[in-house]
Amino acid sequence: MADVLVGVVVFPGSNCDHDTEYAVASFEGVKPVMLWHNEHDLKGAQAIILPGGFSYGDYLRAGSIARFSPIMQEVIEFARKGFPVLGICNGFQVLLESGLLEGALSRNRDKKFLCTQTTIKPVNCSTIFTSRYKEDDVLTIPIAHGEGNYFAPDEVIESLEEHDQIAFKYTDSLGEVTEAANPNGSLKNIAGIINRQGNVLGLMPHPERASEKLLGSVDGRALFESLFMHIAGV
Amino acid sequence: MKMPYTAKIKVTLRRSILDVQGKAVEHALKNLGYGTVESVRIGKYIEVTINEEEQLQAERIANEISQKLLSNPVMENYSLELELVK
Repeated sequence: MADVLVGVVVFPGSNCDHDTEYAVASFEGVKPVMLWHNEHDLKGAQAIILPGGFSYGDYLRAGSIARFSPIMQEVIEFARKGFPVLGICNGFQVLLESGLLEGALSRNRDKKFLCTQTTIKPVNCSTIFTSRYKEDDVLTIPIAHGEGNYFAPDEVIESLEEHDQIAFKYTDSLGEVTEAANPNGSLKNIAGIINRQGNVLGLMPHPERASEKLLGSVDGRALFESLFMHIAGV
Repeated sequence: MKMPYTAKIKVTLRRSILDVQGKAVEHALKNLGYGTVESVRIGKYIEVTINEEEQLQAERIANEISQKLLSNPVMENYSLELELVK
């Protein structure tokens, strides 16, 4: 059987592209293919990952310039056709700026850049990105961002809740959604959301940094596994 | 004939969004003894020079780019002034 091909987009300023490539390559039968921001060719990728980092130096607003890069025009088209797109951290910011997901990410509540382990829980386990999780799982996955404070108007939040589009929430170590467990001030402790069609996911925590025992956690692997199994039709 | 117009664009965070930079500066000013400082909000100032024949057309473009790229309407507002470069 042919390998599952996964495109990892590289913007100038991306810095989790190789971590993501490494994590993707650690799955049997899955091959990463790097996609440069100036290209228009998705090289046959069956899913696209927008990695973390500081695309275009985070100038203007995080993700705002990346959204207009040549490769993003193809990624937006790809997503609109229903193919899977995953945005991690800066990738989530790019997805919001692109309008593929709703809302925005502003400065962290406590002004600090946060680079730390967090505990999160999957809220909806019936998506193509979360099917390998269980709703009572508590996952240890790190964050590393200055602008991860999720905001959206009330009507958007209501709609996200109504359509089960909140994918992950920050919790304490017992899986309780508390204000103290909210690292950045995100509304409703939101750590990740999915679009209505269920093929575009954005999250601030870094599953690729929680994909090997040596890194302190393997809780991010099931996210990739869910996606790759979905593509392979397993 | 095309003329250069400068669009002076101000982008500010919506009132409902916490401005952490503004808060930090506000605290610093209070620490400096400026007790009458009530609040600080920080925004961005952007100058764009546009070559167009008609002022109306330059204004249309300035509004379009402000909405499309220079501000994010989910959390920001913008205002602009246009002037002919002498």
